[in-house]
This record gives sequence, C-alpha cells and structure tokens, in this order.
Amino acid sequence: MKRFRVLDIVLGILGLLTLLWIWHLVTMLELIPRVFLPSPAATIAALEWGLVNGDLLPQTLATINRMIQGWLLASLVAIAVGSLIGVSAIARAYIQPTLEFLRPLPASAIIPVAISIFGLNSSMVLGVVVFGAVWPTLLGTIHGFAHVEPRLVEVSRLLQMSRWEFIYKIGLPNAVPDILAGMRLSLTVALILAVVGELLTAQEGLGTAVLHAARSYRAADLYAGILLLGLIGLVSNYGLAIADKRILAWKN
Amino acid sequence: MTAALTKSWRGWLLPFSVVIGAEAWFLFNPILSDTLAAPSKIIRGAVETMMDGTLLRTTYQTLFGAAAGLFIGMAAGTACGIVIGLFWTADRLSSWSVEMLRPIPSVALIPLSLLTFGYGYRMEYAVVAWATFWPFLILTQHALKQIDVRLLEVSRLMGFGIFSRIFKIMLPAAAPRLFTALRLAVGLSLVVAVTVEIAANPQGLGYGLMVAQESLRPDRMFALLIWVGLLGWALNYILVRLEGRLFAHRAPGLAADA
Repeated sequence: MKRFRVLDIVLGILGLLTLLWIWHLVTMLELIPRVFLPSPAATIAALEWGLVNGDLLPQTLATINRMIQGWLLASLVAIAVGSLIGVSAIARAYIQPTLEFLRPLPASAIIPVAISIFGLNSSMVLGVVVFGAVWPTLLGTIHGFAHVEPRLVEVSRLLQMSRWEFIYKIGLPNAVPDILAGMRLSLTVALILAVVGELLTAQEGLGTAVLHAARSYRAADLYAGILLLGLIGLVSNYGLAIADKRILAWKN
Repeated sequence: MTAALTKSWRGWLLPFSVVIGAEAWFLFNPILSDTLAAPSKIIRGAVETMMDGTLLRTTYQTLFGAAAGLFIGMAAGTACGIVIGLFWTADRLSSWSVEMLRPIPSVALIPLSLLTFGYGYRMEYAVVAWATFWPFLILTQHALKQIDVRLLEVSRLMGFGIFSRIFKIMLPAAAPRLFTALRLAVGLSLVVAVTVEIAANPQGLGYGLMVAQESLRPDRMFALLIWVGLLGWALNYILVRLEGRLFAHRAPGLAADA
C-alpha cells in the first residue's frame, strides 16, 4: 500500500516535469511566438524578480486580502441570514424560491449595478465579492437547517428550547457540513470576483498586474501573475479541505 | 427548486412585493436616478432594447461565444477524461498537473487571451473553453470509474476493440453523469462568457450591461440584468427537465438532487 503511494507521487511529479519540458521545448523551437508564450525559465525569473524586487508581493497580498475580507463578510452574512431563514419552514417557503432564482445569475453581471452605486473603487470590488460569495454558503446553511433530523426538532420542543437556543444548539451544529461545503465554493467565487473587480477598477492587486503585463506585452510577467493566482487558488482549496477534515472529524 | 416556484404562490410573494414596493417608492419620490429605475421604466427599457435590436444581437453574441467555447471545452475535457479514466498510468501521470492547473481562475486568463487573440469571439472561446474543460475532465473520469465492472468484463469476453469498448459500453454507461457535467458546464459557460464581456470583450450581454451603465441608463441596465438572469435560469431549467426525461429510468436519484 505504502509503496503504491510513493509510486503515485513519483509518477505525478514525473508528469508535471514532462509538461514543463514540453513547454520548454515549444518555446525553444518557437512553435508559439515568445510574445504569447515565454519559456518556463523566463517565467520563473520574472516571478522571482517580481517577488523580490518588484511589487508582485504587495499585489498578491492585496488580492488575497480582498478575497479573504469579502469571503469572511459573505460567510458571516450568509450564516446569520441562512439560520434565520432556515429555522422557519414558513420563511423558507416564502424566501427560498427567490433565492434559488437569483443563484444562477452570473455574479459578475451585478458589477455594472455596483459601479453605478459605489463608483469605480475598492468598496465596489468588495461589494461584488460579498454579493457573489454569499450564495453558496447561504443556500448551504438553509439546506442544513431544513434537513435537521425530525426527532431532534421534537426533542427541542420537549425541552422547550427557544428559537435562539435551537439555532445554536441544534441547527448550526447540524448545518456545519453544508456550511463548510458552501464556504469552500464561496472562496473560489471570491477569488474570481476579486480578480474581475481589479481588472475593471485598476485597484492594486494581481488582476491589475496581469492586465498591465498583457497590455505592455510583458508575457513573462503575465504568466508569473497567472501562476500566483493559481497558487492562491490551490493553497486556499487545500487549506479549507484540511480545515474541513479537522472540523468534521467527530462525524466519522 | 423550480417546482417550489411553480406550485406555490408563496414563492411569488417576495418578488412581487419588491416590484410593487419599488414602483410605489418611485411614484412618491419622482427623482431622476442614474443608478436605479422604477420597474415600469425597466419594462420600457426592456421593450426599447428589444425594438432597437440590442437584445437580440447581444444575446446571440453571448450565447454563441459561450456555446462554441463550451463545445471546445467539452471535446477536449471529455477526451482527456476518457484517457485518464481508462489508463491507470495516465491517471497517475496527470494527477499533479491537474491539481496545479485546475485552481487557476478562468478570469486570470482574460488578459492572456486578450493578448493572444485580441478582442472578439476567439478570446471568449478560449476562456470559456478553459473554464468548462475541468468539469468535463473530472466528471468523465469519475463516470468511467463508476461503470459496473461486469460490463467491462463482458466487453472483454466478447473481444471488443478499444474503440467499440469506449463507444458501445463506456460512453453509454457513463451518459447520465456526462449529462450532469454538461448541465453544470452550460451554466458555467454563460457565467464566464458574461464575465469576459464585462471585463474586457466589447460584445455580448456583458458589454451591453456596461454600456447601459456608462450611458447612465439604469432602466436598460436592469432590463438586461434581469434578462441575463432569466436566460441562465431557463437554460438550467430546460437541462434539468431533459435530464429527468432522458435518464429517469436509469438513475432515479439523479434528477432529484439537481
């Protein structure tokens, strides 16, 4: 079993290296013009230079900051509002259909509305991130509350729990898996919307960095920025997956 | 979810009261706003966008960009998913690369696509294709893994070649899951197409929204926004119904969790 896992890792790295090698070959033979596809070495050099000497690091932090801020705000709102809607079957019947209708709306389509309300600034970007990131967690929370074991509801009635007690003693703990699943999706959405917001408003961040790099034909910088954005996505995904496992460990 | 909307009047109460409340508010506060518009104005704006051809043209551009990108993503994603799903070595070799590449947000590729293709359909295809490639890749791979082993044994016993095994056994057996991938990807393609148009590409519904905002026409902006929402909702509704129709006899739980 253990040998298999080592082999998995070796093969995985081998595949990744092969991919890099193909990339290297393509740029060396100039199959694709260097303006569009820089060599891996040039990309790594641009990444290193940008992080050490340039302003790639503050830009990365700005984007992460925007993403996390919007995500936390959205999660708080979503869990609070979701609990209030989810705890009452009547509220669900009235409100949920509207929410389900709003959910497939592309969150980026709200950007023009946000621009006309907030203007082209960072609070607009934050507003859009929050709006987009609210849905997965909100619907997750409502779903979690709606599917509480009926016997637990009966118990809470027997114990004459107040609605508040029910929310934080039975409802929320029950909804945790759904909330966490929603929050994972929300984080992905938050990163996407933070980048879109930066592309439009030229606020400090990686979105702006890659756009400027593309506009001035600095392909290596462009790829370095894309690489960093991928890394942010990767790390945040893994971080939440690990947190998920820790928090839900009691369930299994 | 859609059943709740059609079967119960209670779901309609909230949207209706919002519309009526907004209309009443604008009736008693007759200001000329650059950001908001009364529902009656929005309806007039909607009629206007229909009459001057904006709605039809931009909808066509968005749907075409999304559909063509989706098609590329589907072809590439399903093909790679089949290879990865069939061969253990391909699975292991690609695992790290997939893990590294998949988290790259599609919108990060907008500047790259712009640099490579310039404005127009091609940059939109590229970004939509990237975004939809991954769900097809992952779900195809999973679908193939869940095929009944006995089916594969039978096909081996009957001496099927690799192609007839793929097209006669595997793809039909995986069809319900592949359709789920398609449904998810259709929604995604619309979202990504609109996002690309809002962020960069001067065509389609996303750009129409930006133009309406920049020319201070909130009535037209909200008309287009509602239209985008309806479009996404309708596409999903049709595909969910189709999924239920096509595969109800095979996987009873499948349409229900949609």
